[in-house]
Amino acid sequence: MSTGWLIGSAVIAVIVAPLIGGLLRGIDRKLTAHMQGRIGPPIVQPFYDVIKLFGKKPMVAGGAQLAFAYAYLALIITAVVFFALRQDLLVVLFILFFGSLCLPIGALSVKSPYSQLGGHRELLQFLAYEPILLLAAIPIAMKAGDFPEGIKFRIADIFTHGQPLLPDLWITFIALLIALAIVMRKSPFDISGSEHAHQELVRGVVTEYSGPYLALIELGHWYEMVLLLSIMGLFWVTGSLWWLSIIIALGSWFIMLVVDNINARLTWSWMLKFAWGAGLSLVALNILFINLGWM
Amino acid sequence: MGILSTSRMKSPWLLHFDCGSCNGCDIEILAALTPLYDIERFGIVNMGNPKHADVLLVTGPANHRNYRVLRNLYEQMPDPKGVIVVGTCGCTGGVFHNCPNVLGGIDKVIPVDVYVPGCAARPEAIIDGVVLALGKLKAYGK
Repeated sequence: MSTGWLIGSAVIAVIVAPLIGGLLRGIDRKLTAHMQGRIGPPIVQPFYDVIKLFGKKPMVAGGAQLAFAYAYLALIITAVVFFALRQDLLVVLFILFFGSLCLPIGALSVKSPYSQLGGHRELLQFLAYEPILLLAAIPIAMKAGDFPEGIKFRIADIFTHGQPLLPDLWITFIALLIALAIVMRKSPFDISGSEHAHQELVRGVVTEYSGPYLALIELGHWYEMVLLLSIMGLFWVTGSLWWLSIIIALGSWFIMLVVDNINARLTWSWMLKFAWGAGLSLVALNILFINLGWM
Repeated sequence: MGILSTSRMKSPWLLHFDCGSCNGCDIEILAALTPLYDIERFGIVNMGNPKHADVLLVTGPANHRNYRVLRNLYEQMPDPKGVIVVGTCGCTGGVFHNCPNVLGGIDKVIPVDVYVPGCAARPEAIIDGVVLALGKLKAYGK
């Protein structure tokens, strides 16, 4: 694939990702409302919310907080660009992790007890999903490089690899679904600041962000969600059935919706046990099977 | 109408504060969230955080115990913002009028934009009050 085409796709990704993310959030709210027997807001509601937030008067609790809000958005956009350029999967994940870390650091830079508690819980969520994503890169790279011939972490190699990944890596895929639920802040993992308004922590990690800065974080969250769903889509990007990647990404998004609506929020210790116990062992099992040549 | 004022009209986030009401009006406010009235279809969300809210919904009379809290919440809300008083007690003091511990209506403490009378106010009247308050948000900056 030519360099010009790749740079073009990166520019398109940066423009289109928030549109897709916002639309998905809108459909999410609509579907959730229907599942609860309500009519729900219009599908473009998240865009109204974000534009309104940009028009609010800025109120700041501390300067460092703002730096981290901008850093959160900038780093996640960088991760999206690297993904669109089909660079190293590990680089994409590390930039994403650093961006995600800016959110709790920003929350912890303010003295508000709700913000502090939300920040600590966000760190716990990070502790739960980060090892799954990082470990999941290994079986993907093993398959992309036709292990034992080699291990290839570049996303471009997944595209040029002849076989789709899902038939061999479905165990890893299930583990990634757990990580996706935590990143999307869906029940039962929405402990640091639910996407829904009301909870015991006020708004947890984003309590002290208001107006335009909250809008920045919301935008970053849309990018983050689209990036994660794109990583899910990587599981079937080759062959004549390449469009299955879109179905897989949207399907995993829909699973998150259903899980969100049939679950209550659980404690952080349960989340950590579940994410590490089930998520990490599933990926480890997949790596073992590849090593044994069973998958 | 610009896209910003359209968005302000379409996405009013509420903060609900009980200033010592009998909970009658509060139950009616929460009823507006149920599938029967479903205020989220207008983009209205009940927020727990003054820093994210556009509209402050107050029930009950202002009293010496909590008027500082009320003023603090009002000041934490970024502009543009509106204040709606729900129920007779909040409008004038109601049955608590002239009680030694009660200051009177909410407008003794913070500026009020919309008064929704009733004991208790109906969910329809509350939604109507929010729509009235949107007029203020729409006119902001003009």
